[in-house]
Amino acid sequence: MDDELAISVRGLRKAYGENVAVAGVDLDVRRGEVFALLGPNGAGKTTTVEILEGYRRRDAGEVTVLGADPAQPDAGWRSRVGIVLQGTGEFDELTVAEVIRHFSGFYPDADDPDKVIERVGLAGKAKARTHTLSGGQKRRLDVALGIIGRPELLFLDEPTTGFDPEARREFWELIRDLAAAGTTIVLTTHYLDEAEALADRVGVIAGGRLVEVAAPNRLGNRQEALATVSWRTPEGTVESAQSATPTALVADLAARYGGEVPGLTVTRPTLEDVYLTMIGHTR
Amino acid sequence: MTTTTKPATPVAATGGRRPGAGALALRQGRLETTQFLRSRESVVFTMGFPIIMILIFASIFHGEIGGGVKFTQYFITGMIATGLMTVSFQNLGIWIPIERDRGVLKRYRGTPMPKWVWFAGKVIMVVVIGIAETALLVAVAVALFDLDLPGTAARWFTFGWVAVLGVTACTLSGIAISSLARTARSGSAVVTPVALVLQFISGVFFVFTSLPTWMQQVAALFPLKWMCQGLRAVFLPESFGAQEPGGSFELGRVALVLGLWCVIGLVLCLTTFRWTTKRDG
Repeated sequence: MDDELAISVRGLRKAYGENVAVAGVDLDVRRGEVFALLGPNGAGKTTTVEILEGYRRRDAGEVTVLGADPAQPDAGWRSRVGIVLQGTGEFDELTVAEVIRHFSGFYPDADDPDKVIERVGLAGKAKARTHTLSGGQKRRLDVALGIIGRPELLFLDEPTTGFDPEARREFWELIRDLAAAGTTIVLTTHYLDEAEALADRVGVIAGGRLVEVAAPNRLGNRQEALATVSWRTPEGTVESAQSATPTALVADLAARYGGEVPGLTVTRPTLEDVYLTMIGHTR
Repeated sequence: MTTTTKPATPVAATGGRRPGAGALALRQGRLETTQFLRSRESVVFTMGFPIIMILIFASIFHGEIGGGVKFTQYFITGMIATGLMTVSFQNLGIWIPIERDRGVLKRYRGTPMPKWVWFAGKVIMVVVIGIAETALLVAVAVALFDLDLPGTAARWFTFGWVAVLGVTACTLSGIAISSLARTARSGSAVVTPVALVLQFISGVFFVFTSLPTWMQQVAALFPLKWMCQGLRAVFLPESFGAQEPGGSFELGRVALVLGLWCVIGLVLCLTTFRWTTKRDG
């Protein structure tokens, strides 16, 4: 086992009856990395992550998480892994501080509950019963419970679903903070901007397979992709051409039109274009 | 790739050490009890129900059951038994599916908390609430209906072990039956009819021996009948034992059946308990 790897997965498979959820995934996540698993609903993100978290059994494949097989999670391993699940487990009748303090008791090297409450931005709500929290605040509580044990590895399953834009920005800051402190982070999301904003590398999963793993700006060879140059002809129709050397083409056009090229645009595929192509959609 | 810094390997612990196993269980018990007491429905329906029932029964039946013994003296045994079953069997059978559905159990499984600590927390909660509720019920009956408390140490001892064995059997059965409910809402649909039927056939609302024989025999398969019978040995005169189906209070058999249900309940818990819902795989 490579010590620099937090997660190593080879040939992971999982089916529910006839339905194959994960169909052979290979994946490495380095220590200290922020890795985003991006994919549409039903692509196998949650199944994959829950196998890594030790919640689900796999049908086949080699999986190592923090040097151990997550199918046999022991207390020592659990205390090094933080989990923020998709749903919120609620403790309606308890206050934020009570829940966080209680969970801190489970970990050998827990963080200071008050500090964590502050860090996730719930200081003003510490004494509030959890059922009075807004959706975003409940999610912060989830994150607080995920990081109270000072995990080396933190899983976040669709952490910002249902957030308003401002809450998402704040949440991203929190994740960047954790990453800067050296925590390895694996998050699933179906938001492209989230993956782009947070992840060092993105794995695109579709139909139970990892279609590609790359840095967000290199996904689908986006940078090397042909640029599309389009302009308006004197007859009024729009003409376009794909080019590996768009600058030359534009200069050429400029010469042809003697200056301004009418209706000129130069585009490369957006992350969204690349992503939609990868998961098998076309626009 | 941000950095290659080694993450949070144990530096100086800022949050203190983790409590020992016993302390963890006590904390869990305290948390469960707090959650119970703060949930108004639980308090009203679990703790209040037997008290409301004894108030109704004592108001309807004024007479004596015979031999200078009031109806209240007879019915209090059924109410105590029902109360113990409500706080353990019904309470857990209804709440655990809700917690499972909400992902509370899943969340606990994701922490290093030892599994048994969670069960211990439930047991502590049941014991605390059970004692409080029984004490309240007995106090109300003494204050309003001249209930005669057990007169000898031996009877108090019987009270103690019948309650402990009964609650244990019902707690384990409650945890076991919680796995039958597929969703949060179906918990009470599964548990309530079972509890109600048992109450009717076990002699909680009627004098047990006035029930049809076949009904008595069905009731004898389940713990509630034996809890009631054991408690009758505590609150009724010795001579009443002769009226029991077995010709005495049969305390040995009470212990045996309740003990057996503890074993059955434990086996069911260990083999069928689910931390996650079916759809969670």
